Amino acid sequence: MNNKYVSRVGLCVGLTLIAAGTVAQEGDAERGQAAAASCSACHQADGSGMNVPDGESWPRLAGLDADYIAKQLHDFKAGRRENATMATFANMLNDQQIADVAAYYSQLPATQGQGGDEADETLLARGQQLAERGDWNAYIVSCQSCHGPGGKGVGDTFPGIAGQHAGYIRTQLSAWKNETRSNDPQNLMGAIAKRMSDDDIQAVSAWYATQPASADQESAQ
Amino acid sequence: MITCPRPLVLALTGCSLTVGIGISVYATSVFAQEERADAALNQLVHEPPTMEDLESADIHPELKKVIRYGHDLFTNTQQLRGENVFNDMNCSSCHLGEGRVPFSAPVWTAAITLPDFRGKNQHVNNLEERIAGCFAYSMNGVPPEYGSDEMLALSAYHQWLATGAPMYPDKPIYGRGFPAPEEPAEGPSYARGETAYQENCSICHQENGAGHYENDEYVFPAPWGDGSNNWGAGIARLETMAGFIYQNMPLGQPRSLSDQQAWDIAYYITRQERPQDPRYTGDVAETAERFHGRSLYGQTREHDGHVLGDHDNFGEKGDIKPWNVGMPRFENLSEE
Ligand code: HEC
Ligand code: HEC
Ligand code: HEC
Ligand code: HEC
Repeated sequence: MNNKYVSRVGLCVGLTLIAAGTVAQEGDAERGQAAAASCSACHQADGSGMNVPDGESWPRLAGLDADYIAKQLHDFKAGRRENATMATFANMLNDQQIADVAAYYSQLPATQGQGGDEADETLLARGQQLAERGDWNAYIVSCQSCHGPGGKGVGDTFPGIAGQHAGYIRTQLSAWKNETRSNDPQNLMGAIAKRMSDDDIQAVSAWYATQPASADQESAQ
Repeated sequence: MITCPRPLVLALTGCSLTVGIGISVYATSVFAQEERADAALNQLVHEPPTMEDLESADIHPELKKVIRYGHDLFTNTQQLRGENVFNDMNCSSCHLGEGRVPFSAPVWTAAITLPDFRGKNQHVNNLEERIAGCFAYSMNGVPPEYGSDEMLALSAYHQWLATGAPMYPDKPIYGRGFPAPEEPAEGPSYARGETAYQENCSICHQENGAGHYENDEYVFPAPWGDGSNNWGAGIARLETMAGFIYQNMPLGQPRSLSDQQAWDIAYYITRQERPQDPRYTGDVAETAERFHGRSLYGQTREHDGHVLGDHDNFGEKGDIKPWNVGMPRFENLSEE
């Protein structure tokens, strides 16, 4: 009797989480591949996206955390993250499809970031400094203290940023700085981005674009 | 302890009186230079050099190597895990920003104020002994030997950070320690603290305070539990914890919590379990009486009657005793 009661309560709590939460849905990668057909024009069939130097870069989705991807799609849909292009495409997906495409992209092997190759040594050195040690004179906490060693991501909250395209990293940091992106929990990212100069943003974007996104990629290099 | 003037905006590093004015243009919008300028009138304001400054410094290349090693040990103390460190901390887990940042107990201060008498062990300590103290308690560990490569490198790093600051200053030091905000009108509350912790902190430190490893790599330290500092550490005291939190957390947003929140969360965290104090006599009441005037060690937790520190769990360290704890000094000096 008692046990039954407890498990009911557990179930209820679980259901509420799924209903209220944005990420609790179980995704199916195979179904996701079908739902992702309309995405590949920009994010590419292998999920590698593309660095577009003078326009809107398409982020690499391959290998990103599934729950992080799903959160972003829900945020685009709900207007918590504003982007005209993505609002259209996110709106085409229901909750199940979001979970499915998230599962699909998360299991694709990560590809190499683009847009960091032309950066000179000084810029890359500054980028590495910000990534690994930060610049505490401006109270810029190192990126890796949240995004993890090598910027490879931590759990579903802190996305991997190593191996992402420079153009995309740059626009996101600028968006936080200019308050056009503010869907981060507890203003964790915004607080840091607002302290960065445009040169800092340039430097760290180039650095991470040249870094391996995953351990596999590292050994392949 | 230094009282810290109420800031209007954030005030952390920036200008320097001893090393030259090094304010970056964009930093001025983030940090209140006013607080620092005010402080400079009657406090010692020192901006320690950075690792970039080290590269261009006019010192012997061998010394540079040793300072670099000291910096590396300070920010990645986990490389001494199992030998000198038995918890999930680096020195920089509490001394943020490589030990340079004001209000995060910047460590160069010790290099210009020691040797001096220290109440905690009742004798005169030098820099190495001070560092050894943080190993025995904050790192729940066993310090490297005095004069060892590790100890020398760490103290070289501390001392180099103090470059240009006067020895035995006659003014209080700006940003020293973890000054706590004023005690809020409403006494701190465990329940409010728990809620505020879950809302503001658990995203990184986890709901159970165990911190976080990602693919076996260390990311977020443990504010309590086996992976944390032991009961003898300074940060286990309510006031120090409140100061640390207010001045440094959530990461990247210092002084963003209210005084009330900082004290509530500190109250909650300092009422959780952690590894036993290495000075444990085998009896919690006796240990509390002898060593714990200012922590909650040995006290009874209100909501469940648990006596804090009443256990013989020393964490990963097991029954290894740090050699520096209780080591007598200067016993034969005459009074005059
Ligand atoms: C017309 C090009 C285009 C198409 C088609 C497109 N996207 Fe995007 N996507 C973008 C751009 C541009 C961004 C960056 C938005 C920003 O700057 O905020 C983006 C961002 C995203 C992000 C956020 C990634 C991150 O790292 O935060 C996700 C997830 C995403 N898209 C998924 C999809 C899915 C799923 C589809 C198909 C249903 C899709 N996109 C179709 C252009 C496109
Ligand atoms: C205090 C923690 C914290 C620090 C430090 C931090 N970030 Fe972030 N960052 C976050 C969080 C949380 C998110 C996810 C936001 C969301 O959920 O939409 C994020 C997201 C990002 C994104 C967007 C990724 C994507 O796929 O859209 C980029 C790019 C980024 N961070 C770069 C950086 C860089 C570069 C640094 C160092 C200069 C840095 N971050 C430091 C917390 C942090
Ligand atoms: C768990 C947190 C924590 C860790 C980890 C830690 N410390 Fe400390 N440290 C403190 C506290 C608390 C104080 C006392 C601050 C005060 O005066 O209120 C302190 C003080 C110091 C001081 C004296 C500063 C002064 O103003 O005189 C030095 C030097 C120091 N620590 C070095 C280290 C070194 C080296 C390590 C790594 C081996 C380390 N600490 C690790 C918490 C920590
Ligand atoms: C974005 C992640 C993040 C958040 C949110 C955060 N911390 Fe931390 N915290 C850290 C990191 C990382 C360190 C170690 C500092 C370093 O390595 O630079 C740390 C260090 C600490 C320490 C000292 C080391 C230890 O584990 O005892 C305490 C205490 C602490 N945090 C408490 C808090 C409290 C209380 C809050 C909420 C008000 C909080 N933190 C929010 C990431 C975070």
